[in-house]
Amino acid sequence: MPSVSAQAGARVIARGWGWRHAGRRAHAVSALDLVIEPGERVLLLGASGAGKSTLLAGLAGVLGGDEDGDSEGELLVDGREPASQRGRVGLVLQDPDSQVVLARVGDDVAFGCENLAVPRDEIWRRVHESLEAVGLDLPLGASTTELSGGQKQRLALAGALAMRPGLLLLDEPTANLDPAGVVEVRDAVARVSESTGATLVVVEHRVSVWLPVVDRVVVLAAGGGVLADGRPDDVLRAQRDTLTTAGVWVPGVDLPVPSRRRVVGEPLLEATGLAVGRRGARGPAVAADIDLRVVAGRAVAVTGANGAGKSTLALTVAGLLPPVGGRFAASPALAAGAGTSPIRWRPRELLTRIGTVFQDPEHQFLSTTLRRELAVGPRALAVPGPEIDGRVDALLERLRLDHLAAANPFTLSGGEKRRLSVATILASRPSVLVLDEPTFGQDARTWRELVAFLAELLDDGRAVVAVTHDADLVSALADDVLDLSSRGAA
Amino acid sequence: MSILATIETTGVVSRVNPVAKLLAALVIAIVLLLSIDWVSAGTALVLELLLLPWAGLTARQLVVRTLPLWIAAPSSVLVTAVYGRDEGAVLVDWQVISVTEGSLSLAAAIGLRILAVGIPGIVLLATTDPTDLADGLGQVLRLPARFVLGALAGLRLVGLFMDDWRQLALARRARGVADSGGPIGALRRFGQQAFALLVLSVRRGSKLATAMEAKGFGSDEPRTWARPSVLGGRDIVLVALGAAVAAAAVTAAVVAGTWAFVLA
Repeated sequence: MPSVSAQAGARVIARGWGWRHAGRRAHAVSALDLVIEPGERVLLLGASGAGKSTLLAGLAGVLGGDEDGDSEGELLVDGREPASQRGRVGLVLQDPDSQVVLARVGDDVAFGCENLAVPRDEIWRRVHESLEAVGLDLPLGASTTELSGGQKQRLALAGALAMRPGLLLLDEPTANLDPAGVVEVRDAVARVSESTGATLVVVEHRVSVWLPVVDRVVVLAAGGGVLADGRPDDVLRAQRDTLTTAGVWVPGVDLPVPSRRRVVGEPLLEATGLAVGRRGARGPAVAADIDLRVVAGRAVAVTGANGAGKSTLALTVAGLLPPVGGRFAASPALAAGAGTSPIRWRPRELLTRIGTVFQDPEHQFLSTTLRRELAVGPRALAVPGPEIDGRVDALLERLRLDHLAAANPFTLSGGEKRRLSVATILASRPSVLVLDEPTFGQDARTWRELVAFLAELLDDGRAVVAVTHDADLVSALADDVLDLSSRGAA
Repeated sequence: MSILATIETTGVVSRVNPVAKLLAALVIAIVLLLSIDWVSAGTALVLELLLLPWAGLTARQLVVRTLPLWIAAPSSVLVTAVYGRDEGAVLVDWQVISVTEGSLSLAAAIGLRILAVGIPGIVLLATTDPTDLADGLGQVLRLPARFVLGALAGLRLVGLFMDDWRQLALARRARGVADSGGPIGALRRFGQQAFALLVLSVRRGSKLATAMEAKGFGSDEPRTWARPSVLGGRDIVLVALGAAVAAAAVTAAVVAGTWAFVLA
């Protein structure tokens, strides 16, 4: 274990603290009273909208000034305002791609130290120490763009660590990672907090991942203040139902396995010896020799490590990328006169046959309100107006989005965006539904709703192809599993 | 991204401070913009071509990177020759088209200028790592770190935007809106897709800004630099070479009597 020199942990005090973002009517956090002692390791839970991220931003001193919102009460780190404590607080955020500042690994870790005016020799000593502490064994000149998600998050952690913070804040640091990445980052955090003695506050839905690391759980109440606070076991036992309803993955709560009728229908798509790639039909293949059958009423899960070509396969099966080699054809039942090759179908022909839900919902939003967003597909198909309204209303209600019908899709929460992106595709009633990591970063409530909804669609005779890292999703839903990493593909 | 990526070079140029490259290119550019005549631009271009073998790029890399210039220069020559201000003997006169001695020499002056200003600039960009340039701008030229490093971090997002753009295009096909409305529809969809990209970029940008602020960036306190950037002997030589090229260009034009100071 490298000796990252010990820094006394910081003490956090909130006294009647609250924050209202500029332009919002409701407070994101209000009436919060909380004391976190130096060196404590806290898991912060609460329903979506309870203000967990706002509290972390407040502690990191990045909420901004008076023009960004109104604050009430006091929020102190070591007895002072967080914004005046540069370097005393380190922050790691959820999205691995949006935190890398510089192009080379060593430079990126050094960035925080430079801003704190640490002398040059000392900076490089800290860079080496921090990279070793998070287990990133890479040359200083390595490109940051080519790192995996787990490596990027450990890089962000190293950058925070190099500032020698007394308080380390992690805002869903593993929500966007595959299972291997989750463990990498969790273990790095455990080592770091052990050796530095820094106070730690983690926000994360997946409680079981973080239980071995934390010694206290704080649950924020949706209406403001603290709902529960104490030893992890006690809090989880006492608040089990509240937390489960709030979407927290409480360990020991069984996940539902939906009952299905399992009517098996006709084959719809078939791939034999398929090779897939991103750069056109003549480009290089990222995975090859894939055999796959998509059958009405059945769900196929595509699993495998990062870089195995799962998403590329999904986009090819969805008729969005041309196959690089092998055979891939739609059955006459699915093609219904449109030809056997999905990539040659016109967008409108694709709509009723294969629908795709992208990993990032924001990539597929086209309109300014949910209602219009859901009508895009049916309108392209020239469905009569009254029927469009009927379909849209039914979907809004089924996915609990009816109160948001006039809202802008980009303003929704993560779970709402995911439900909307599934609904937009279903409005066109495709026979095959292709989903890329549908449960990524979702809380337990959205997860249960998605699984139930997909089970209904399968019973309805639709086929589902889901690319996923989520073992729970595979066991709840998959009839067939295609594991790309066991095939030795690059 | 490959067309924009920094080319790893070896040899003398790779050890030159980017600020020296910038200054050398700037001296030539500023001086050449003071006059519009073909002798000064031609002299500078000939001298630059003589120096190119030391730029550290292969012939192929040079051709690929300077391709935009080889398109821009001849087309502006053509347009200026045909539509430029007429002066002197008429060489071609056909309907609205007229080529005169005056418009022809103006065309040569502009075409050569694009090459003489563009080639050093492109060689500078192609052989310079953006991080090293930012280090130089911040430490040698003492430009504000907030501005220099903000721009550098923003540049890193460009690669992400390209991925976003491809995903947006696929998603539009998946939503069934990628083929309606003919050319006008296509133009409208391009606009919508560009707007969607803008929305995504602003979001990514604000997340990056938060991450940077949390690392102590953006205050007015003094900062240190992890990578030293200083001007040395070979840097001064390069700037002197740039100044010599500029001086030779002016001298040649004055001697030939073609120097026409634009501000005079």
